[in-house]
Amino acid sequence: MVNLIWAFMAIVGIVYAMFNGTMEEVNKALFESADEAVKLSIGLISILVFWLGIMKIAEEAGILRVLARLMRPIVVKIFPEIPKDHPAMGYILSNFTANIFGLGNAATPLGIKAMEEMKKLSGTDTASRSMITFLALNTAGLTLIPSTVIAIRMQYNSSSPTEIVGTTIIASAAALASALLLDRFFYYRSLRRKE
Amino acid sequence: MGIITTVSTWLIPCFLLLVLSIAQWKKLPSYELFVEGGKEGVKLAFSLLPFLVGMLVAISILRSSGALEASIGLIAPLLTAIGIPPDIVPLALVRPISGNAALGVTSELIATHGPDSFIGRLASTMQGSTDTTLYILTVYFGAVGIKKMRYAVKVGLLADLVGIIASIIIVTLVFG
Repeated sequence: MVNLIWAFMAIVGIVYAMFNGTMEEVNKALFESADEAVKLSIGLISILVFWLGIMKIAEEAGILRVLARLMRPIVVKIFPEIPKDHPAMGYILSNFTANIFGLGNAATPLGIKAMEEMKKLSGTDTASRSMITFLALNTAGLTLIPSTVIAIRMQYNSSSPTEIVGTTIIASAAALASALLLDRFFYYRSLRRKE
Repeated sequence: MGIITTVSTWLIPCFLLLVLSIAQWKKLPSYELFVEGGKEGVKLAFSLLPFLVGMLVAISILRSSGALEASIGLIAPLLTAIGIPPDIVPLALVRPISGNAALGVTSELIATHGPDSFIGRLASTMQGSTDTTLYILTVYFGAVGIKKMRYAVKVGLLADLVGIIASIIIVTLVFG
């Protein structure tokens, strides 16, 4: 599906530009965005090195295992395929914690690490059930405090920059709950199809 | 708010303190472990690079050609008919595809309509309540080399839709 979306975006854009007379803009945007993507990846190096370095120590020191054990009752229900006390649990929880506190920088490396651990469990290049659940929760957004939005609102002299925190949390919770339900629905549907 | 900001700024340094103290107590070679883990980070960033270039280029073609705007224009009347304010439509459509573009649209909406207007509050809620599905899929699946994503894209995009509808309902109820 991602192959389809990817090719579709480019094809539609190029064909549209032929008739819209925006080929020049497209040509320029092609190379500018490639450049931007490289800068983004390079920018990620510092964060990835720092967090993966620290988390390596945390893992060896047994902190991830303690964290996983604390939250086990809830997370085991959401991720039934991951064995208890597996390091994947620790990384999943650290990723959630970082997201909730709005530490997007820290959340990404931890999330990647969680994916790596889940891949060790499944051992294929097909997304496992737990991976999809994990992604569904991440795409729904786990942010408790939308710090970037608050900053923009302050910049434009809002009389109450934080008044949207409540509505954001409720909307976020609705997206999160539906992500979990949809994930279950499609999982059981895929099981039925296989039979 | 003050408390939350303080927690956010204290959290990482305190976490560092905790990790390093426990490592010292357990007599672990903390510096060597840091370097070992950090090396993975360099490899990861480079393995992510082609995924990000591919995705960002495709999105930029769609945006710069004007096709994205045109399709929004097409769908807008339909959405207005079911009670969705037309001003918010571009944001709703762009949010799952590109985080930077969505942030741009949000800032622009807040600048034009004012942060304390209905549209301003709705844009803020929408921006904050979901994450960029396509970016997360690209980075997380790309980093570990997952080729068959199965139903992940569907779940992500449908959850975004629910988040958008929920934002409209809640903002209408609370501030409407």
